[in-house]
Amino acid sequence: MKKIIALIDGSSYAQSVCDYASWVAQQGEASLVLLHVLGRRDGSTDNADLSGSIGLGARTALLEELAEIDGQKARLANKRGRAILEDAKARVEQQGVTRVSTTLRNGQLIETMHEFEADADLIVIGKRGEASNFDMEHLGSNLERVVRSTKKPVLVAARAYKPVAKMLIAFDGGKSAMRAVEHIATSRVFTGIDCLLLHVGSESSGYRKQLGGAVATLQQAGFQAEYRVVAGQADRVIADTVESEQFDLLVMGAYGHSRIRNLIIGSTTTQMIGACKVPVMLFR
Amino acid sequence: MRADLLSTLRIEWLGNVRADILAGLVVALALIPEAIAFSIIAGVDPRVGLYASFSIAVICAIAGGRPGMISAATAATAVLMVTLVKEHGLQYLLAATVLTGILQIIAGMLKLGFVMRFVSRSVMTGFVNALAILIFMAQLPELINVPWLTYLMIAGGLAIIYLLPMVTNAIPSPLVCIIVLTTITIALGLDLRTVGDMGELPSTLPVFLLPQIPLTLETLMIILPYSAAVAAVGLLESLMTASIVDELTDTRSDKNRECIGQGIANTATGFIGGMAGCAMIGQSIINVKSGGRGRLSTFCAGVFLLLMIVFLGEWVKQIPMAALVAIMIMVSIGTFSWSSIKHLREHPRSSSIVMLATVIVVVATHNLALGVLVGVLFSGIFFAWKIAQLFRVSSVATDDGTTRTYQIEGQLFFASVENFNASFDFKESLDKVIIDVSRAHIWDISSVAALDMVVLKFRREGAEVEIVGLNEASETLVDKLAVHDKPGALERLMGH
Repeated sequence: MKKIIALIDGSSYAQSVCDYASWVAQQGEASLVLLHVLGRRDGSTDNADLSGSIGLGARTALLEELAEIDGQKARLANKRGRAILEDAKARVEQQGVTRVSTTLRNGQLIETMHEFEADADLIVIGKRGEASNFDMEHLGSNLERVVRSTKKPVLVAARAYKPVAKMLIAFDGGKSAMRAVEHIATSRVFTGIDCLLLHVGSESSGYRKQLGGAVATLQQAGFQAEYRVVAGQADRVIADTVESEQFDLLVMGAYGHSRIRNLIIGSTTTQMIGACKVPVMLFR
Repeated sequence: MRADLLSTLRIEWLGNVRADILAGLVVALALIPEAIAFSIIAGVDPRVGLYASFSIAVICAIAGGRPGMISAATAATAVLMVTLVKEHGLQYLLAATVLTGILQIIAGMLKLGFVMRFVSRSVMTGFVNALAILIFMAQLPELINVPWLTYLMIAGGLAIIYLLPMVTNAIPSPLVCIIVLTTITIALGLDLRTVGDMGELPSTLPVFLLPQIPLTLETLMIILPYSAAVAAVGLLESLMTASIVDELTDTRSDKNRECIGQGIANTATGFIGGMAGCAMIGQSIINVKSGGRGRLSTFCAGVFLLLMIVFLGEWVKQIPMAALVAIMIMVSIGTFSWSSIKHLREHPRSSSIVMLATVIVVVATHNLALGVLVGVLFSGIFFAWKIAQLFRVSSVATDDGTTRTYQIEGQLFFASVENFNASFDFKESLDKVIIDVSRAHIWDISSVAALDMVVLKFRREGAEVEIVGLNEASETLVDKLAVHDKPGALERLMGH
C-alpha cells in the first residue's frame, strides 16, 4: 500500500476513522492523507430581501453583500475544518504514523474525492456523519455516495476502534468477493488475522469449489483460513455470525445491484453496514 | 455517476424550498407588469406576453443550465418583433417564435456558448445599459401626451417602490405600488388608462395551437431574419445573465445546456400562443436578492404568474398603466450600470468607446445583437492595435558596411505589417542582409507576405538575403501547423 485517504469530519466517528486509518497505515507502511471537505455553500438565503425592488447599482451592491455573508460563513468553516484536521493529525501521530498530511478543500465531497483518490489504495470513512446523530440506525448519506462512486476499497469505520484479530469474509462468489480475497492475500495489512469465508445459501458444488480455492489462496499466503456454508437470509446470517462469534471486521463486495433495484428492495450492502456493529471493508 | 445526478437534481430543485417559493412569488409579481409591458412593446395583446412568461419560466426551470435564473418575455426580444407584428400579424410572430427556439437548440448543440468569451466586459456593460435604455424608451408612449394626473401617479408609484423597502423588506414594494395605485384609481374613479385597455388578458390556461401560417418558403424567408435576430439576442442576454447569476451566487452553470433550454422553451411557447423571450437580468437579480437559488424559484415564478392572471384577471385589468410604468422605470434604473458612467473617465478610452458604441448602435437599431456585434468588432480592432505595439526592429551593420543584420522582435501580424515594412532601409547599399526573426512571432499570412516582399526588395537592390530563425517564428502560424493542440505548444509559442 502506498497511500490511504481518511475522510474526517466533526462527528464522533472521526476518532475511530483516525484509529482504523492509522492501523492500516502502520500495517501497510502507507502514507496517510486526512481529508476534510467543507462542502458547497448552500447560498446565503438567511436574510432574504423580499422587497422586489432594485435600485441604483443593485447588482454590485448585491454581489458585495452576498460575498460578505459567504465570506463570514466560509471563514468560520475554515477555522473549524483546520481544528478538526489538527486534532485528527495529533491523534494519528500519537499512534505512531509518521507520514501524515492534512488537506482542507472546498467543494463537493464526491468531486473532491475523485481528485485525490487516483493514487490511493484505500479510503477510510465513518459509518455516519455529522448530521445523523438523531437517528441511531441510519447511515450517513455521504457513505453510500462515496462507496458507489469510488473504485477503491473502502473501510467503513465503526463507532469505536477495536484491534482486529478475526475477520469474516462474506463470500457470494461474485467478482468483488474474489477481488477481496486476492487483496487480502497480497496485502501486508491483514497479516496474522484469522479469516472465515462465509457463504450464505444452499449447498452447491460450484460455490464449494470457489470457496475451497479462496481458502487455499489465503492459506498459501500464510493465513489461518476456513470456510462455512450456511443456509438462510444473507444479511441476518452474516450479522448473527459477526455478533455471536465476535468478529472484528467484515469484508464484502459492495453494491452489486443496480440503483433501481436498491430503490425498491433496499441494498444488502447498506443493510449490512447498518446491521453489523463492526467495521466493514468494501470492495467494488 | 447516477448517484451524483440524482443528488444534483435534488439539490437544484429541493435544496432551498422555502426561500425558492417565496422568491418565486416576489418574481411573479414583478413579472406580470413586465410581461404586459413587453407585449405592448411588441404590439400584441398582453395575453401573448403573459402566456410566454409562464411557459418560458417553467420550461427553463426544467431544461435550463442555470438554476435560479429567471427567463420570460423580455424587452430585448420584444423590440425586435415590432415590424413583424405590424406587417404580418400575430400568427407570423408565433411561427417566428418556434423557429427562434429551433435555431437556439441548434446553437446549443453546436456548443456555440463558447462565443461568449469574445464578448468583453465593456460590451457587456454596453449591453445592459442599452437594455435599460430600451426598457425606458418603451415607457415613453405612456409618458408623452398624457394627463398630468399620470405623472403624479407614476411619481407616487416610484416613491412607494423606493421608500417602502426602507421601512420593511417583508413585502414586495412593486406589489404595494400596484395595489395602492389601483385602489386610488377605482376609489376616486380616475379616468386613467388601465391594463384592460391594452388588449386581451388570458382567461384560461394556455392550450396547444398551431400558428396559422402558410407553410411555404416565402413564409420562412419572412420570419427567418426575425427569428435569427431574436435567437441571437435571446442567447446573448441569457448567457450574460447566467454569468451575472454565476457571479452573484458563486456557482457554475452549464452554458450549452442553457442555450438548448432556451430553445426548447421558445419552441414550446410558440405553440401555446406566446412570444419569444429569454433570460432577464433585472428579474434574475430580484430573484437572487429575494433568496431564490434553485430551479424551484423559476418554476414557481411561472406557475404563480399564470395562476394570478387567470384567477385575478378581473382585478389585473383595472391596474392603471401608471403603476406598470413606475415598475418598469425601476427595472430600467436597476438594470443600468450606473458605475459605468463614472468609469467612462477612469477606464482606458478604448473600452469606453466600445461600451458607448454598443449602446449607440442598439439605441439606433433597437437590435441588441447588432450592438454586441459592433462592440465585439471594436474590441477586436482595439486589441489588435494594442498588440501591434509590441513590435520592434533594430539593426546593426558590420564595420565594413557591407552586411547588415535586422533583428525583428515581437508580434508580426496584419496590424503591424505597416510598421514592419517601414523599418527597413532599402536605400542602403549592402552585399548581404540578415533578417533575424527568431525573436518574433509570425501570426498570419499578411506577415508572411510582408516578409517575402522585404526579401524581394533587398534582392532587387542587389543584396543577398538570409533569414534566421524562421522556423521558430512561424510556429505561431497556429492554424496551419495546428501546434495549439499538441503538448507543450504554449511553451514553444512563448519560449523564443
